Amino acid sequence: MIVYILTVFLFLIGLYGVVAKRNLIKIVIGIALMEYSVNLFLILVGYVKGGTAPILSGEVIGKVFVDPLPQAMVLTAIVIGLATTALLLAIAIRIYKKYGTFDIREIKNLKG
Amino acid sequence: MNFFIPLFVAVPLGGAFITAIIGSFAKGFGRYFTSIIFAFLTGLSIYFILHVKGPLIYNVGGWELFEKIPIAIYMILDGLTVYLLLIINLIAFASAFYSISYIKRFTAENHYYTLFCLMTAGMNGVIISGDLFNIYVFLEMAAIASYALVAFEIEKEHLEASFKYQVLGGVSSLFILLSIGFLYWLTSTLNIADVSRLIATEGRRELITFAQVILLCGFGLKAAMIPFHAWLPDAHSSAPSPISSMLSGVLIKAIGAYVILRLFFNMFAITYNISMVITIIGTLSMVIGVLLAIGQWDIKRLLAYHSISQMGYVILGVGIGMLVLSRGGDRAVATLSIAGGLFHLFNHAVFKGLLFLNAGAVEYETGLRDMKRLGGLAAKMPVTTGTSLGASMSISGIPPFNGFFSKLIIIVAAIQAKYYVLSILAVFVSIITLASFLKVQRFTFFNKPAESWDERGIKIREVPFSMCFSMIMLVILCFVLSLLIVPSIRDVVLTPAVNVLVDAGEYTTAVLGY
Repeated sequence: MIVYILTVFLFLIGLYGVVAKRNLIKIVIGIALMEYSVNLFLILVGYVKGGTAPILSGEVIGKVFVDPLPQAMVLTAIVIGLATTALLLAIAIRIYKKYGTFDIREIKNLKG
Repeated sequence: MNFFIPLFVAVPLGGAFITAIIGSFAKGFGRYFTSIIFAFLTGLSIYFILHVKGPLIYNVGGWELFEKIPIAIYMILDGLTVYLLLIINLIAFASAFYSISYIKRFTAENHYYTLFCLMTAGMNGVIISGDLFNIYVFLEMAAIASYALVAFEIEKEHLEASFKYQVLGGVSSLFILLSIGFLYWLTSTLNIADVSRLIATEGRRELITFAQVILLCGFGLKAAMIPFHAWLPDAHSSAPSPISSMLSGVLIKAIGAYVILRLFFNMFAITYNISMVITIIGTLSMVIGVLLAIGQWDIKRLLAYHSISQMGYVILGVGIGMLVLSRGGDRAVATLSIAGGLFHLFNHAVFKGLLFLNAGAVEYETGLRDMKRLGGLAAKMPVTTGTSLGASMSISGIPPFNGFFSKLIIIVAAIQAKYYVLSILAVFVSIITLASFLKVQRFTFFNKPAESWDERGIKIREVPFSMCFSMIMLVILCFVLSLLIVPSIRDVVLTPAVNVLVDAGEYTTAVLGY
């Protein structure tokens, strides 16, 4: 149970980073933390106590396997997360070139 | 027939890669190729609407049910799906055709069309998918392409809007993924129909409610419902105009509102509390969206706020239907209300798409978006003015345009369901919308500008053919869609979509076959 709580804690740390931090890069790190926590949660969902890797080889009767589906999901989610993070960082760098700062308090052309 | 279902994803996805490769040798290839793709898909969805009765199912990989457990990834085409596919591909065709002239002046034309195809492939994928995780993957595909397209012009404000959109979009995607994780934890399956069957007998109601709330937060953020609307006005007004028209016209519906409808009707059992939350969110969006729109002077920003408000109508119509169903009330009232919501969804896609294309045409000729500095375009740009007038009348609900009928249906349904306050609010919002669009018409097209265009050295002409064509096509649709009120046409297009939501339980039976 403690592992699940720690995962939620990690999610909340990430959310705090997104909401409270003022540096663009720190916001990106916050999103990445949230993503890791969700991935960890998915892995935990598929974990079976005492289970082994779900590979069919030789004797399978009486063995306990972990659920392979969340692992496949997490692999996909990691790739998607990579794309999101890369695009976020690319935009952050372009913003730095235009504005000369990473501070969101100075990046506010849009309002209303 | 079933074989054609994956084409809705495969064709634009393949088109994206072909455009990326061939377009780098042959300049201008993507320009025409994209329009052809979406014309084909629009035709295909019209064919499906006319000829398909009952849901079609395609198993990716061809795996059959194993001991009554679905193994394959399902792609499902039923009344609601086909209806949404028609909307998406129609607006995509109009935007792609419009882009032929509009995007010529940008350097990265080829990348634009690649991203455009990717975004639409993602949206089509969300619509036809019958699997929770697949919805997430396609949704991210559409969302990431749209992040890049918002920043397409790479000026200060576009980058800022894109960053804001990406942060909120990323957080919402993670909420959705977390909720999918919860549902997998509870049911050990991802198939929507199978999840629906298993959580009906699930004892841990509080966990299901938790998953529902996170899911509503995630998709509410994607659909920009108030209080999750902060990113929408920035993102939709910073994108190039054909993309604004796609984002406001279909993206917030396809990856936001549609998934809310599909999951909360067909997957979860309808409960009173969740219906109440959805109705309240819809009402708030409808009222606050329009109040925020009044004070805007930037055309595209004003239109973006109106998108929030009009989506509120859609959610309100469907929410009233849910409330009536959850109380076990009169099914006829629920049907009417949901029909109003879905009808308004189509109408909003058409007129809001058109209004953004008009704003793009004005920006194309003058380079301005600030209404205080515009004016006197009516004589010089007759097509843009005429189509924009049609769209404005349509959005403010003036007969015989389509917006009038859908709003009328929602208001009548609200009265029949005895939610008098909601019906009064809907009328009130419609009047403010009218006022707001009178302002747009006056200041943009009919007013005399502070200094004449000749003095400023800008020569105003009508926009090129491809832009005119898209705008005229959409304004004709604004008229033609009024015909959906005629019973014989409504039974072909709208009624199957409504029945999918009203007879919520039949989805599971139809997909699993038992």
